[in-house]
Amino acid sequence: MDKHEIRLSGSGGQGLLLAGIILAEAAIIDGKNAVQTQSYGPEARGGASKSEVLISEEVIDFPKVRDCDVLLSLTQKSYEQYNHGIKDTGILILDSSVVVSSDVKNKVISVPIVETATKVLGKPMVTNIVAMGAVVEITKIVSYEALEAAVLKRVPKGTEELNRKALSLGYEIAKQSLI
Amino acid sequence: MSKKIRLMQGNEACVEGAIAAGMKFYAGYPITPSTEIAELSAEKLPKIGGKFIQMEDEIAGMAAAIGASLTGLKSMTATSGPGFSLKQENIGYAAITEIPVVIVDVQRAGPSTGQPTSPSQGDMMQAKWGTHGDHPVIALCPSSVKETFDLTIRSFNLAEKYRMPVLLMMDEVIGHMREKVEIPDASDIEIIDRKRPTCSKEEYLPYKPEANLVPLMADFGAGYRYHVTGLVHDETGFPSNSTEIANDLVRRLVDKIEVNKEDIISWEEENTEDADIIIFAYGCVARAAKTAIKLLREKGIKVGLFRPITIWPFPEERLIELSKKTKMIIAPEMNLGQMVLEVERLCNKHTKIERLNKVNGEIIYPEEIIAKIEGVL
Amino acid sequence: MPSQLVDQYFRADKLPQIWCPGCGHGIITRAITVAIEQLGLDPDKVCVVSGIGCSSRAPGYLDFNTLHTTHGRALAFATGIKLANPELKVIVIMGDGDATAIGGNHFIHTCRRNIDLTAIIFNNNIYGMTGGQYSPLTPKFDKGTTAPYGNIDRTFDICDLAAAAGATYVGRGTSYHANVVTSLVKKGIMNEGFSLIEAISGCPTYYGRKNKKGGPVDMMQWQKDNAVTVTAAEKMTPEQLEGKFLIGEFKNKPEPEYTKEYQNIINNLQGRDV
Repeated sequence: MDKHEIRLSGSGGQGLLLAGIILAEAAIIDGKNAVQTQSYGPEARGGASKSEVLISEEVIDFPKVRDCDVLLSLTQKSYEQYNHGIKDTGILILDSSVVVSSDVKNKVISVPIVETATKVLGKPMVTNIVAMGAVVEITKIVSYEALEAAVLKRVPKGTEELNRKALSLGYEIAKQSLI
Repeated sequence: MSKKIRLMQGNEACVEGAIAAGMKFYAGYPITPSTEIAELSAEKLPKIGGKFIQMEDEIAGMAAAIGASLTGLKSMTATSGPGFSLKQENIGYAAITEIPVVIVDVQRAGPSTGQPTSPSQGDMMQAKWGTHGDHPVIALCPSSVKETFDLTIRSFNLAEKYRMPVLLMMDEVIGHMREKVEIPDASDIEIIDRKRPTCSKEEYLPYKPEANLVPLMADFGAGYRYHVTGLVHDETGFPSNSTEIANDLVRRLVDKIEVNKEDIISWEEENTEDADIIIFAYGCVARAAKTAIKLLREKGIKVGLFRPITIWPFPEERLIELSKKTKMIIAPEMNLGQMVLEVERLCNKHTKIERLNKVNGEIIYPEEIIAKIEGVL
Repeated sequence: MPSQLVDQYFRADKLPQIWCPGCGHGIITRAITVAIEQLGLDPDKVCVVSGIGCSSRAPGYLDFNTLHTTHGRALAFATGIKLANPELKVIVIMGDGDATAIGGNHFIHTCRRNIDLTAIIFNNNIYGMTGGQYSPLTPKFDKGTTAPYGNIDRTFDICDLAAAAGATYVGRGTSYHANVVTSLVKKGIMNEGFSLIEAISGCPTYYGRKNKKGGPVDMMQWQKDNAVTVTAAEKMTPEQLEGKFLIGEFKNKPEPEYTKEYQNIINNLQGRDV
């Protein structure tokens, strides 16, 4: 069964809620079913926030992640808080700032997501889009075309070029990390 | 992706459904996790010539929505637990004055401020008994984003048809989750409007019921000058001290639901034909139940689902029927046992009933239902 | 024979009203209908909304679109009515406890919003319907059934409160000065915005009896002797004004009205996608 359970985590303000929405939207553009949920603390910025996306060819009943296929963590705090319920075959896609202990059994892919958005692009607000590029490059859970269409649909007018660039940089740094 | 298929949030689907149903007025007060309903109404209503107003408090939001409905506009308000408590006073007013209005409660964990961003099903009995005195209640409970769209339309239709407040009991999971929704064509949506009088002004009796026990409703300003009061009143709408009139009025208000039950009640069943065990679940918990049923059936355990869609009036007869041929009913709820009281009242002569309750602000997981069932087998 | 006014604007079959002999509410209710008559308003387009209490029974006797709501909430219901259908002339009748205690929040915010309603507060300094408990308008040290040793609460000045909260038309009359009430209500209805008129009424049954104010005639005499018009007060010294109260128009300062401002939003959005 083609079913993916993805958990996106980071600190509030990194745009992971929108990233989850974009991923779900892309899955629907691909003709699949998708459910996106979120949980967050009372703070609008900071803290640890999580957005979950389930993608399936079939009807999705339970809307939350039970067996996580992909965990994205952009901060140490969010990694520690949401690093549970990962399948043995699950992948951890972590920002390069996140440190994991040596006994982690899952496949870990470390990607310089935050650095790329902040230093290369000079725009921390596209951290989430760089992250989506990286996640899709690594997992192929949605098509590139659908992802780009979903990104362009949900980002503010006038930022399309910047977001396209963020997306391709996300693909790029993920490819590098996979080598 | 076709224009009709959209990724939509539950709260957004509520507003889209309301507009499809003909909502032209929204009054409310901001409260998590229902705020998107107010925000989207504020954005969309003026574009279609409708009105939105953010009132000074929850009570005023309820009052303004009722006032607007009296002039003929379809009107709605949305809230969550703490606001639902405050709105009870005027929900009772809408019940006795028979003014159509839709109230959405996106339930969060209580009591009091509780856990504002966490889901709950803690207001189910409040929906029935929250306002004082005997009164009619219609409360619907969606378990998906698409169903939120559909049931919001149905809430308006029922409010208009039966001239009463209708409660849409959502929860934080359904309100905030996004999923695929296929929006039907406007021409495929059934819209019901309140019946207005056509008789002369002199002949109009604002509280004289028609055959279905519902009186005709004139818009304020349409030329039928009449009186509306929260006091017990006679057919003319004026207060009365008659014990007979008081008795007739309260009984008619409750009976207009009783006699029209068949038109109102709805529920969903899944795999009940051969089920040894029936999971009684509603709202977001029904989705955990569906996943649990799939997993249990893979193990050869015959489990089915009974999901009330109208929580009030409660689908009594069908549940009793099912309880006679099932070994056990299990009732997972995100409260300490509310709707299970109805299940127990109706079915404990026929079958064993087990509770599964969770109040930590987290959705019930399929694994918890499975563990409960395997534990009692 | 009922007067022409009663014939035209009252539901004569609902009379006599429930108010006690000597109560000022009947006079004030009549003063309001005189204002409606003089303005020539179409009764089908007049809506009278009230809360709960003695004063709030007034709409039941008036032949308009009438709504008797919940305690303190009249302004919130009226706001919904007016915004939904701005062509209605909406008049709100409240008591002093109704408007300023349980309805205090609605009161200040309706003033702030400047929505075109005309509210008349029948101020008899007491909760009459429930039997004489002290209200936010019971003078300090006066008695009520819940203030047997004298009320130690300070009072509101309803008109100052309304003006400060943003009402664009504010005035005060009394049941003795019924013509002043009529004139203020008329100007209040003509004001496009929120208008607040305080009408001082006498409650001989509870407030009067509890505080040894004499009978209905004595209470009217008190209104006559102690009310000072705004213009007269300008020529009086603070010593001369000691123990007196002002009547007349206190504020008349039109500002953009809420339903019109909302209509501007609708007009600006016309034709755009939903």
